[in-house]
Amino acid sequence: MSKVYRFTCIVCPLSCTIEVEVENGEVKNVKGYTCPRGKEWAIEEVTNPKRIVMSVIPVEGGRLPTVSVKTEKPVPKDKIPELMKFLAGIKVKAPVRVGDVIAEFEGVKIVVTRDA
Amino acid sequence: MYDVVVIGGGPAGMAATIRAKELGLKVLLLDDNDYLGGILLQCIHPGFGIHYFKEELTGPEFAYRLMNKLDGVEVKTSARVLEIINYSDLEKFVVFTSPEGVQKVSTKTIIYTAGARERHAFEIGIVGDRVAGIYTAGEAQTLMDIYGIMPGKEIVIVGSGDVGLIMARRFSLEGAKVKAVIELMPYPGGLARNIMILKDFNIPLYLSHKVVEVRGRGRVEKIKVVKVDENLREISGTEFWIEADTLVISAGLIPNVKLLTEIGVVIDPSTGGPIVNDRLETSVPGIFVAGNALLINDLVDYVAEQGELAAEGAKEFIENGGIPSKRWIRLVKGENIRLLAPHYLSGERDVWIYARVARPMEDVVVEFVEIGKKIKLPVVKPAEMLRIKLRAKEISKAEDKITMKVVKHE
Repeated sequence: MSKVYRFTCIVCPLSCTIEVEVENGEVKNVKGYTCPRGKEWAIEEVTNPKRIVMSVIPVEGGRLPTVSVKTEKPVPKDKIPELMKFLAGIKVKAPVRVGDVIAEFEGVKIVVTRDA
Repeated sequence: MYDVVVIGGGPAGMAATIRAKELGLKVLLLDDNDYLGGILLQCIHPGFGIHYFKEELTGPEFAYRLMNKLDGVEVKTSARVLEIINYSDLEKFVVFTSPEGVQKVSTKTIIYTAGARERHAFEIGIVGDRVAGIYTAGEAQTLMDIYGIMPGKEIVIVGSGDVGLIMARRFSLEGAKVKAVIELMPYPGGLARNIMILKDFNIPLYLSHKVVEVRGRGRVEKIKVVKVDENLREISGTEFWIEADTLVISAGLIPNVKLLTEIGVVIDPSTGGPIVNDRLETSVPGIFVAGNALLINDLVDYVAEQGELAAEGAKEFIENGGIPSKRWIRLVKGENIRLLAPHYLSGERDVWIYARVARPMEDVVVEFVEIGKKIKLPVVKPAEMLRIKLRAKEISKAEDKITMKVVKHE
């Protein structure tokens, strides 16, 4: 039995409608993409969906009370709740700069995106 | 005397300032917040800069890229502009307060990049108790992502535009329950990549629905929702209540143009921003506008692009004692065009046209009637701005106007 997953590509604002046909857990066919990035994304979205995750971390002695952070690369969707709990336990001291790595979660670096 | 005073230190203002400096102009940048970057600093999600920096950045990262290029520019933060005085075409004054007191500076041109404001609960007809727990999406975002304060636990969001959807994700990630997103129109308002968020967090989206009433004692307790028909009229008997402690309003942005209207700048009612020519000059000579103060953009990349364009306009204005053009060709809204800018084209330079459709349509042709230009597109949506380049050569074929329309492909 094959199943067709249909979604709007979110790689860029073109918003292509991509269809991924899956049979017995294997990708059979991909339609509707206009670039290789879109094709790759659609396959991953079916087999192992991932997201960049962002949050803010309290900062002591900073100009603003928080710094914003993001994961350096997308993390598996089902890991996100755990990641958020991990982030909720972190605090940093000023100064921190854009690009600083303040922690690591299962091999994924947590990067600062705002100065404080 | 300055060559340019830039009002607003968000992405449009910073890009305008940087470009003006590169062009050798003497610039002053004013911002009323105590930090530069505008709303970008609280937009901690990725998705910025794909066109402008050819790289995907978060809002603050985009802002810092620009801030780092501001070296050597005179910048004043916590500086709120009180008044613009248009003394003559070639001399203007800007009056502002700052921690140093009230000051008045003179300048040849002004680039106005004060962004937009959010529509609030009263503007969209919500009645009921005036309780704690009602925020605009931007306020909620400032609380969470600048100050680290959760605005509530059980949240209803009004409006499925990008800001509302992005806040739905932030609330969900931080452990709040988003009980519903309520959208007045029969289609979602945001970019496709943001609609995805609803699926990620199993958030119900009610299309053709409206929040009409808030009840609570001290704090929001319940929110009344009603279905609307195709004319957006409430259908009686369809009312239901959602229990929640917080209502977040994300019902669209309106260009912030008060200082401009006070000096007689002509506003286009469909964009809410000024009527401009292809140098983004308003109807008052030497006053340029860019970013969300011009029209509501969906990508910061376009905002920065407009900032640069306005700076180039200011340079041309200063060199020629005005923007020289033999004639102005009007760009006119045709079928299924809700808004567009710029409104007047010289035909002497290539120009980016920014436009939005009134309703979604598939398999269409965007047509510039009088010059015979046609562009085929698979789909157009009100949420996604059309950005189309017209070449000087194409524009100059027109006599006095060019009509832009979106029609079904035949």
